[in-house]
Amino acid sequence: MDDRKQKIKLFLSRFFRNHDLAHDEDIFALGFVNSLLAMQLVQFVEKEFGVTVEDDDLDLDNFRSIDAIDRLVEGKLAPTP
Amino acid sequence: MTTAPPETAVTATPAAKPAKDTKPRSIKVLIWDLDNTLWDGTLLEGDDVRPRPGVVETIRTLDQRGILQSVASKNDHGAAWARLEALGLAEFFLYPKIDWSSKAANVEQIVRSINVGMDAVAFIDDQPFERDEVGHSLPEVLTLDATEAATLTERPEFKPRFLTDESALRRSMYQADIERNRAEEGFVGPAEEFLAALDMRFTLGPARLEDLQRAEELTVRTNQLNSTGQTYSYEELDELRRSSDHLLLIAGLDDRYGTYGKIGLALVETGGPVWRLKLLLMSCRVMSRGVGTIMLQHILSLAKQAGARLQADFRSTDRNRMMLVTYKFAGFRQIERDGDLLTLEHDLETIQPFPDYVRVDLG
Repeated sequence: MDDRKQKIKLFLSRFFRNHDLAHDEDIFALGFVNSLLAMQLVQFVEKEFGVTVEDDDLDLDNFRSIDAIDRLVEGKLAPTP
Repeated sequence: MTTAPPETAVTATPAAKPAKDTKPRSIKVLIWDLDNTLWDGTLLEGDDVRPRPGVVETIRTLDQRGILQSVASKNDHGAAWARLEALGLAEFFLYPKIDWSSKAANVEQIVRSINVGMDAVAFIDDQPFERDEVGHSLPEVLTLDATEAATLTERPEFKPRFLTDESALRRSMYQADIERNRAEEGFVGPAEEFLAALDMRFTLGPARLEDLQRAEELTVRTNQLNSTGQTYSYEELDELRRSSDHLLLIAGLDDRYGTYGKIGLALVETGGPVWRLKLLLMSCRVMSRGVGTIMLQHILSLAKQAGARLQADFRSTDRNRMMLVTYKFAGFRQIERDGDLLTLEHDLETIQPFPDYVRVDLG
């Protein structure tokens, strides 16, 4: 699980260079999220963790921080009863 | 496809276009040979080479029409480029390949750098061998004999459907982009600092009559970043522009490297208590510049000032998911789905200020 957060952090650090992103830090509050970054982030999550991000998952709160993205993936990978 | 400067496409490339036999294709890039094609004689044999009759006029006319040009020549780079500069022609050519490699390889590389489809490329050379070699490796390229140089501008393939103010600027926009990309690659530091260093000036205001051709062109050319996939004709846009219950906004962008031209369009239906954002689109060239968000922020503020609610249409086209992500990440929520048409709404409670790395002029 921490491995997953590490991967997310590594991906995001390409956009927030020179900034050590905390796991609960709000990336939208940092100011710089454009359409391209947003799209690349969604595609990264899908490809890296083999999940499908549905239209309904495209919510700010699901992508706000490393922790939030990790929770989204966790929920997607959990076996449905 | 598109003549926009190199794109960082993040979605899949579209399927190959079916061959159109009925309509002549449209050439977007012309690649010139030099010896006995662009000029008379052979440079390295010591000839005092001069442009062949009509060639300079052809180059200038095509440039005005927004057709990009390059050079593929087996020659000494330094000597040939110096000669082109002395003739005042060097500035017209993007990504010139002057070396001893095969012409096919060089044509391919030029086309990849400019990023257009092979079927939008023409190659002109006096030697049948070179034309055959290019035609064999790249069968979609239109190959032309040097004897055609003076009359090229008469051919239908070289008469684009759209001729806008931006056509004449297209080459310089590419040149600005080449410099900009070089600067971006060499930049170490947060992306936001790079954006600030660009000194961007963003203009946004109601579309005027003279903007409509470009507006139509944007709806036709922009696929990845069109919120509904819909295109609008000049006449439709003119009607919407004059309609009292619609707002047609057009956006432009400039920076220290030059202009990007008009790069964004938005159509808002403002007749009732609920405003409806029918269309939001932006050029692929600016998707890393935060432009979509700025347009949205402005429209959100206008709706809020007018005391209206704001809803937006989104229709998935397989290629425009980025626009859905843009809406969602700007705080829109889905309130309805009717087949493939989504209705989104923004609560207008929190509207972010414009980013401080860009100056916004509202017209």
